[in-house]
Amino acid sequence: MSSFQEKNEKNVWLLSGVLAISLLVAGVVEIIPLYYLPDTMETLTKEEDNIRPYTALELEGRDVYIREGCYTCHSQMIRPFRDEKERYGHYSLAVESKYDHPFQWGSKRTGPDLARVGGKYSDEWHRQHLMDPKSLVPESVMPRYPWLESDMVDASVTEAKMRALSIVGVPYTDADFAGAAQAVQGKTEMEATIAYLQVLGTMVNFQEGKDYRK
Amino acid sequence: MSTNTLEEPKYNFEVVKWFTITSVIYLVVGTLLGTFIASQLAYPELNFDSPYLSFGRLRPLHTNAVIFAFGGSVLMATAYYIVQRTCGVRVWSDKLAWFTFAGWNTVIVLAVITLPLGLTSGKEYAELEWPIDILIALVWLAFMFNFIMTLATRKSSHIYVANWFFLGMMIMITYLHVGNSMAIPVSMMKSYSVYSGVQDAMVQWWYGHNAVGYFLTAGFLGIMYYFVPKQAEAPVFSYRLSVLHFWALMFGYAWLGAHHLHYTALPDWTGSLGAAVSIAMIIPSWGGAINGMMTLSGAWHKLRDDYILRFLIVSLAFYAMSTFEGPVMSLKTVNALSHYTDWTVGHVHSGALGWVAMVSIGAIYHMVTRLWGVKMYSNALMGVHFWMSTVGTVIYICAMWVSGIMQGLMWRATDDYGNLMYTFVESVDAMHPYYALRALGGLIFFLGGVIMLYNVVMTIRQPAGSGVTATAKA
Repeated sequence: MSSFQEKNEKNVWLLSGVLAISLLVAGVVEIIPLYYLPDTMETLTKEEDNIRPYTALELEGRDVYIREGCYTCHSQMIRPFRDEKERYGHYSLAVESKYDHPFQWGSKRTGPDLARVGGKYSDEWHRQHLMDPKSLVPESVMPRYPWLESDMVDASVTEAKMRALSIVGVPYTDADFAGAAQAVQGKTEMEATIAYLQVLGTMVNFQEGKDYRK
Repeated sequence: MSTNTLEEPKYNFEVVKWFTITSVIYLVVGTLLGTFIASQLAYPELNFDSPYLSFGRLRPLHTNAVIFAFGGSVLMATAYYIVQRTCGVRVWSDKLAWFTFAGWNTVIVLAVITLPLGLTSGKEYAELEWPIDILIALVWLAFMFNFIMTLATRKSSHIYVANWFFLGMMIMITYLHVGNSMAIPVSMMKSYSVYSGVQDAMVQWWYGHNAVGYFLTAGFLGIMYYFVPKQAEAPVFSYRLSVLHFWALMFGYAWLGAHHLHYTALPDWTGSLGAAVSIAMIIPSWGGAINGMMTLSGAWHKLRDDYILRFLIVSLAFYAMSTFEGPVMSLKTVNALSHYTDWTVGHVHSGALGWVAMVSIGAIYHMVTRLWGVKMYSNALMGVHFWMSTVGTVIYICAMWVSGIMQGLMWRATDDYGNLMYTFVESVDAMHPYYALRALGGLIFFLGGVIMLYNVVMTIRQPAGSGVTATAKA
């Protein structure tokens, strides 16, 4: 074949170098623009935009959600289809997960999407459902999570978590850091998880009929 | 590539032997975990109300066990085996080789401890926490450096095609692992990804799909390019095709990740770009499959009694099938239905069981006879294993096709008045028979692995030199 191929096959450093460059192109082209193209994040009006960082208790609940691997069965990303609108609500926006380190969009719906589960059921419903899903949904295949009721949130690390998140761009304030331990002190993991579930998808006031994606 | 038996001591085959043995063990462990969590979805009582046994914590353990413990051990065993034999030199550094063995297995032990404890970064297929990520990076760099240096000190004039694939895989996995795992530590076992939301999604699937594309495809194509011609005792069908599909695969596969995010909040251009390249990837993928299968042209009769060759060739058939299915699923219209459903799970397993595991099993059987200089303890058990793997895989993927397409259709179905026809939980209920069937398929595949472990153990316990045919011919 061509002489360049011949050179590659005879020189491991050349082959490594050509590979190193070829392999990098796609990642650069697909990822970097997402940081500067203006259309990546939707623009919201003041009335619409109530997106804020998670409170201390919600953050601890989110960490329980991550720890238990909820994302292996539940997505948090509603697609702009009629059936998904009927079932779950307004399609998800990119700005809604801008403080999610890591994102929890998921890839599988063994259970339903949770992107807008906030406010859909009562706290007591969630408590009973997490304790024993079949008691409310007999056909459910979800495991029971009884330990959430007895395990307490570790208040000693909450502030450190918020500080770490602020380093990567989540706008927590000094007041947030100061009140972190206090806010989760004496709370069960169940209370934290429910606080997180109840805020999901509630931070944008959507206008009827407005198209948020260009 | 022909090796003189008398020169064999110059190679470091000890490290290859150890990786070979651990890969068989991890095949059994990984598929056992898979069978268990598959059974949990059919029979949720199997979660036993225990945090350490619940599906959400064991599923990452299953994926890590099969991809990194099994797949990783196979890749390291075969890479060290192939690079030494095709270059005609001993691995550059024995110390680094043993470091990769000790380090990789330490990572696996740490995964087994931390994942059931719920210590996870929450990134799919990259769940291990930051200190373990650093260890993985060190082991991986040692592996890559040792491999490159072995190539650099080779006695052959050209670098053999299998090694191109291994090299590309190693470089890409370095990018992916380091890029995707960037995180801010909170404590020893807790960190947050530096990326968030839409950017994190793209980084994650750039990583996630390329773990498939390079770790589980390019690396295993390297395996194919050595073991298929060896076992068939015929040269690779087409050199020209191997060059073309190598570069197309290396440059192209890296773009595909975005097709996991169709219709999400990821901008349309990114997903469409990913889908366009995905469709084009049928060509290099089939290039590899055809090149492997056609290597047998004129020697098809060997499939009749050579079970190792059967594993290798059937794996290529599954590879061709799943690399056709993948581009189809990356089309937006198909993806609208298939995304979030079991179809994706079935697709992954037609690749993971049918292609990756089967080509590995063929390569392992081949290596065992050469490394220990003996014949397999039982040819008949290899035959049983072949049929169990094939039947188990087919049951698994058929169950997931039916359940996946059914989910997609049930979720979007509307009645005459335009209302949703089914509640979500009705779709869950309808899945039960397919989830049970899938667990059965997995169980059959797992039991095949147990037979393999028994066969391999009995083989290497034979006195060396019994049935020397294998080594003498090599």
